[in-house]
Amino acid sequence: MLDDFLIRATLAGVGVALAAAPLGCFVVWRRMAYFGDATAHAAVLGVAFSLLLSTPIFAGALLVSLTMAMAVTQLSGRGFAMDTLLGVMAHSSLAFGLVAVSFLSGVRIDLMAYLFGDILAVGKTDLWVIGTGVAGVLALLWYRWSALLLSTLNPDLALASGFNPRREQLIMNLALAMTVAVAIKVVGVLLIAAMLIIPAATARPLSRAPESMALIACIFAVTATLAGMKASFVMDTPTGPTMVCVSAVLFLLVQLLARVVYPSVKAMSAQASRQ
Amino acid sequence: MLSRHFETMSNALIECRNLSVKYGKRTVLRNISLSVQSGEIISVIGPNGSGKSTLFRALIGAVNIASGSVEKSPDLRIGYVPQKLHIDETFPLTVERFMKLPSNPGQRVISETLTLTGANGLEKKQVSQLSGGQFQRVLLARALLGSPNLLLLDEATRGLDFRGTAAFYRLVDDIRKRLGCAVLMISHELHVVMKQTDHVICINQSICCEGEPEIIKESPAFQSLFGLLEDTESALYLHHHEDGPQSAREAENAG
Repeated sequence: MLDDFLIRATLAGVGVALAAAPLGCFVVWRRMAYFGDATAHAAVLGVAFSLLLSTPIFAGALLVSLTMAMAVTQLSGRGFAMDTLLGVMAHSSLAFGLVAVSFLSGVRIDLMAYLFGDILAVGKTDLWVIGTGVAGVLALLWYRWSALLLSTLNPDLALASGFNPRREQLIMNLALAMTVAVAIKVVGVLLIAAMLIIPAATARPLSRAPESMALIACIFAVTATLAGMKASFVMDTPTGPTMVCVSAVLFLLVQLLARVVYPSVKAMSAQASRQ
Repeated sequence: MLSRHFETMSNALIECRNLSVKYGKRTVLRNISLSVQSGEIISVIGPNGSGKSTLFRALIGAVNIASGSVEKSPDLRIGYVPQKLHIDETFPLTVERFMKLPSNPGQRVISETLTLTGANGLEKKQVSQLSGGQFQRVLLARALLGSPNLLLLDEATRGLDFRGTAAFYRLVDDIRKRLGCAVLMISHELHVVMKQTDHVICINQSICCEGEPEIIKESPAFQSLFGLLEDTESALYLHHHEDGPQSAREAENAG
């Protein structure tokens, strides 16, 4: 069954969507959108190192992303505003990564595949790596769910309940780096942040509890992945960007539904009940 | 006054001795000693930047102490009520779900506790849409879930008006009488501490004076810290500022 490239691509896409959506909720709640972007951009440097040393791409990307996340966590609040710091680090690591890749001679590297992903080229080994990474992220979120929620709400409240918010931040960083590392093959470094944030943002108006938001985000993420793959097959467009486009359209539709259609339906039914 | 701490240290719920805390090279707290016995109300007051929040954090183990010790009774159960909490609009959370964080005490306990603090009926409301007074009642209810014997109120009435503050303190006193827990609260002004306070500790990096509220009010150390000189008293009530003395304001800016 895994011999079919379309099945491998589908499994990889759905897997990454399932890990990125609940993690993306935390990224949204903790206002870490740009942080996620910086972590993803840093992965290009990891890809360059991996190619240079002929080590697995996943390992290099994971290591550099994690280093980036830890560095930003450590440096924040030391004289620079968070967004300035992230702006400096995200773009410089992307630039250094791109320059480093250009030094590699002998191998012809399709840089586009790392920037925008190449889901149809997911091999069996990739699939195992992605599966393990996704399982790892979901296990981390499952195991630390309450502690993560509480330290996201308020660090002091978490401390008083016996959790260490710094440790939870480390867990967030680790989960983020793992997601970035496995998502490179699927959507590429430039669009990973979209996989994290758009499904969570889409789910927000439809949810009343953190758990339902994570679940609804998963549904939107998987829908966007499957529909995006189909659309890219039909229209012959790049798969990663097409999945993000579908995700964005879903976001717009839900916004429209929540802000325009739903209130007016409510108003109409209220009017009807008055008459 | 000092002897009070050391005579009774054996059965204190929580006690710190000669506690000092540093942020980098800056000393935030110096030689603080205090103890809380079961059932008593202790108020810590100090101007902004005086280190009173740091003292709380040191007591719950949130900051590293530079020297001294914090000793907790083995059966100490802390209920922590933080100062006003900002819940982001992006975070969907009902009051009921909030009460179940980090562990679910059961539906019956939740509704009983919310009733105790007068926050019943709010279960299905989104936390981000509560008023300041409602939210403080919910926070107090959540703090009570572990049946604490020590309530820590960290400027819990900040953002409430005088009427709201008075109502909140009446509620805390009522609950304290029912549950028999001690209360350690911080506030930035003497006239917004609980009337039932047994002992006031006035800090500005170190303890500058302590005692019963009536005695504190007359203490020269307190008056110089808060500028409550008799001839300026009428003027002070007219323009009533939160700010402490210049040095405290600078200390806060530095932090």
